Amino acid sequence: MSLSYNDTVLSLLIFSPLVAALVAGFIRSENGLRWFTLLVTAALAVFSLPLYSRFDPSTADFQFLINSEWIPALKIRYAIGIDGISLLLVLLTTLIMPLCVLASWRYITTRVREFMICLLVMETAMVGVFCALDFILFFVFWEAMLIPMALLIGVWGGPRKVYASLKFFVYTMSGSVFLLVAIIALYVQVDSWSIPEMMGRPYSEGFQRWVFLAFFISFAIKVPMFPFHTWLPAAHVEAPTAGSVLLASILLKMGTYGFVRFALPITPAAVQFFTPAIMWLSVIAIVYGGFTALAQTDLKKLVAYSSVAHMGFATLGIFALNKAGLEGAVLVMINHGITTGALFIVVGIIYERLHTRELDKTAGMGRNMPIFATFAGVFALSSLAFPGTNSFIGEFLVLAGGFQVSKSMMLFVVPGVVLAAAYMLRMLQRVAYGGTRNPDHSGVKDLCFREIATLTPLLVFVFWIGLHPAPFMRVMETSVQKVLQQAQAGAPVAATPPVAVLP
Amino acid sequence: MSLSNFMAFLPELVVLTGALILFVIALGENRVRAARLTALGTALAVLVTSLLCFGQEATLFHGAYRVDLFSQVLKLVFAIGFLLILLLSGGLTDIRKDVKPEYFLFLTLSVSGLLMLVSSVDIITLVIALEVSAFPLYLMVPMRRERTGQRVQMESAIKYVMFGIAANGIMLFGMSYLVGLTGTTSLPQMMTRLQPLMHTPLAIVGLALTFAGVFYKLAIFPFHFWTPDVYQGAANETAGLVASLPKVGGVAILIRFASLAAPDHRVVALLLAVLAVGSMFYGNLIALQQKDFKRLLGFSGIAHAGYAVVGFVALDQAGFSAAIYYITGYLLMVLACFVVICRVSRDGLNVGIEELAGLHRRAPLLAVTLAVGVFALAGIPPFVGFMGKLALLKAALAKGYLVLVVIAMVNAAIAVYYYLCVVREAWFRDPGDLPSIHLDWPTRTLCILLIGGILALGIFPARVLKTISSSIDEANLGPRSVPAAVIDDGRGGLVPGETRHLVQGVVP
Repeated sequence: MSLSYNDTVLSLLIFSPLVAALVAGFIRSENGLRWFTLLVTAALAVFSLPLYSRFDPSTADFQFLINSEWIPALKIRYAIGIDGISLLLVLLTTLIMPLCVLASWRYITTRVREFMICLLVMETAMVGVFCALDFILFFVFWEAMLIPMALLIGVWGGPRKVYASLKFFVYTMSGSVFLLVAIIALYVQVDSWSIPEMMGRPYSEGFQRWVFLAFFISFAIKVPMFPFHTWLPAAHVEAPTAGSVLLASILLKMGTYGFVRFALPITPAAVQFFTPAIMWLSVIAIVYGGFTALAQTDLKKLVAYSSVAHMGFATLGIFALNKAGLEGAVLVMINHGITTGALFIVVGIIYERLHTRELDKTAGMGRNMPIFATFAGVFALSSLAFPGTNSFIGEFLVLAGGFQVSKSMMLFVVPGVVLAAAYMLRMLQRVAYGGTRNPDHSGVKDLCFREIATLTPLLVFVFWIGLHPAPFMRVMETSVQKVLQQAQAGAPVAATPPVAVLP
Repeated sequence: MSLSNFMAFLPELVVLTGALILFVIALGENRVRAARLTALGTALAVLVTSLLCFGQEATLFHGAYRVDLFSQVLKLVFAIGFLLILLLSGGLTDIRKDVKPEYFLFLTLSVSGLLMLVSSVDIITLVIALEVSAFPLYLMVPMRRERTGQRVQMESAIKYVMFGIAANGIMLFGMSYLVGLTGTTSLPQMMTRLQPLMHTPLAIVGLALTFAGVFYKLAIFPFHFWTPDVYQGAANETAGLVASLPKVGGVAILIRFASLAAPDHRVVALLLAVLAVGSMFYGNLIALQQKDFKRLLGFSGIAHAGYAVVGFVALDQAGFSAAIYYITGYLLMVLACFVVICRVSRDGLNVGIEELAGLHRRAPLLAVTLAVGVFALAGIPPFVGFMGKLALLKAALAKGYLVLVVIAMVNAAIAVYYYLCVVREAWFRDPGDLPSIHLDWPTRTLCILLIGGILALGIFPARVLKTISSSIDEANLGPRSVPAAVIDDGRGGLVPGETRHLVQGVVP
């Protein structure tokens, strides 16, 4: 096997964090551990950048493929590769990781080694999920992530950490058991675990519906969609900053990624059947998330419920099943990763200084922290989809896609958009300028260099995607087109023959 | 006996010699150390000889005893398990001082029974081997130290013996039907002669009754009643033994008997399916309520035996190999939990779940071992518990048992909760005033071996699975499950024209 960049990059991205985690087990000094993890994750982020330039956006095929034997007795293979959609998510993961380390620099003071090991193992699992082209390999990464994440919440979390950690674990796990049954049922039909092989097969419609429901439970819990969202606020509120950022930026994306990668291409007929119901659930999530966020006094809870609303946009776009909707949805996924991740870091910065996240007690910090207020302001505007920021492009596309499907449904979404402005501006107004009850924060220091360095990359992306989204749209376009084609195959017109995607 | 036959029989001879030496040692006074070293030496020798003999084939004692790949794979498992259990036992804290050498003697004898069990292809040999492996265990349970307020070991021992003997009686009764129908005690002959008769009620009843003895070993509902009490009443080390090695033996003989009903026997499959469902639900639901860690493992053991039986429902080679793979993994997972019990336990007392509090500060290596063991039992990848369940469910679903597979997965979801409660105590709680635990080097070695084993079997099971399935092929146990029309094109894909199974209950 040749050792060129294209042949090894994905495997290196997946497994070097694991090796680094082993090495970290032998480092004694706490600062050494922080620097080590930062360097490893930053190096991986830099190392992943050429993926973008070497990616060929003209084809929807999976690229950077590796397909070798793993467990022949069970026909499980080590198959990895990425298309335009997973490319963006992999890059998002590698970008967010060093920022998580930076955001935990002072926040984590106990058991630093174990914390960094958990972060590194998480990176392995997260990149693995987005790269896997073998369903069992995917499932292994998907589940393996639960353990470090539960530990992140349960060991370094807030006062109700044990409850939040268990709830997160049990919820996610009970979703994924059905996913596993669906995977095995698909295997029995196809006689292969290969994800591309499973796409576009002429399964019977009844079978598709069962498989889709199993997919739906698992992915909807992860997103989380409206009736399954109750684990999210608990987990977000109790998790340490890095845990919240990882949850919001990457883990939630796995649910929507699952819909795009599996549900649409594998069970297109069932998707056609269930689409109206899921779109309505998304609309409910947008409005419900908005109203609930408006009522929160805890900053983290506010951002957590805003996540529910944003992810509602993502699922809405996916199940609009048209180009604008799906492209918008993928962009919303990326944007939410950037903006909400940044907002959680912002909340973490407040918490480190004041040891509270209550809106009343944090009011008026902006007067003494002008740099902080600037950053918080930009991210809050981005979160409410202000034109010129990243979220505007994504949500605009989703709405455009939604209008093509049903104008009346979109009427219900409009209040959601207004609500986003309401809760975000309310937060910004309080935190930056203070409100009626305004504690004295004159002793609070403004952002230090490390914190600025954490937030700046995200700020750059907010404006980059907001003002010039073409580079991001370019890579996903053909992949989105392909997914749509596969999803349309479920429409009662005609079934396309299976396409061999792996070489 | 020719030399090659003799070589093939070497592991059994070694362990019997070890047992004889231990018997002599046990005659003297205060020879615990010598007994322990002898037992360790025997275990190492068994491991080395079973590795040396690997791949040999022989038929001994007029066809009653067959050494083949199937038995050798299992002998290797027993040898490894024997060694791990000796490391686990350590100084036998909670065994009466005057019987410690005898404890090692009985342990070795029980292992010798298991080694012979997997090679027996005649039901008389098989019954004798089964008894040789079982009776020492009956004696080891009451060897726990007596102290004020603790005589529960006697009650446990009585329950263990009574249920054991009753189950054996039922098994012998069932076997008498099988022998009466076929006129032979040799299993291979019985297999061919039973084929035409297999759908008669008499054969089904005979087989079902025969299963009873095996189900008792595996602690399948409704033959499980002894399990929680014996786990709780026996010393921690003994419970670790009872929970692990005999179950592997149980799966091995269940394969021998289930293959009588292969390939497609709806009634037997249904019977197994019902018992699997019963065990899973019973074990998991009651485990939710447990406060004593050993009792919890007892009930979870019932559930895990249920998972293993899911593989048997398929009644084919894929299901049988999955069951062996799973139970081998279970051996490691449950021993990982028992190491923690033995070392956390203060003066050999039972360990409540809350006593694990703050283990990650008191003994980090133990906490990691516990987490790996428990998450593996819960079936989280990349540990062996996940791959094992996957292999089992795949085998069952390939035969169309969708409902059974869904029930098994629902059970896996239920089980996560009580396993998480264990992790919660060990990782998320503060130790309070519980003391930190010092680990000696054999324990450290054991922990690392177990963690490594659980990970390696989960991530790189290719060789192991291949060996197991070819061993089952060679022993003519269960038909091949892969339809001939499916040809792998070498890239994981399929050539066109493959046959497709339809999943019952899903495809209208």
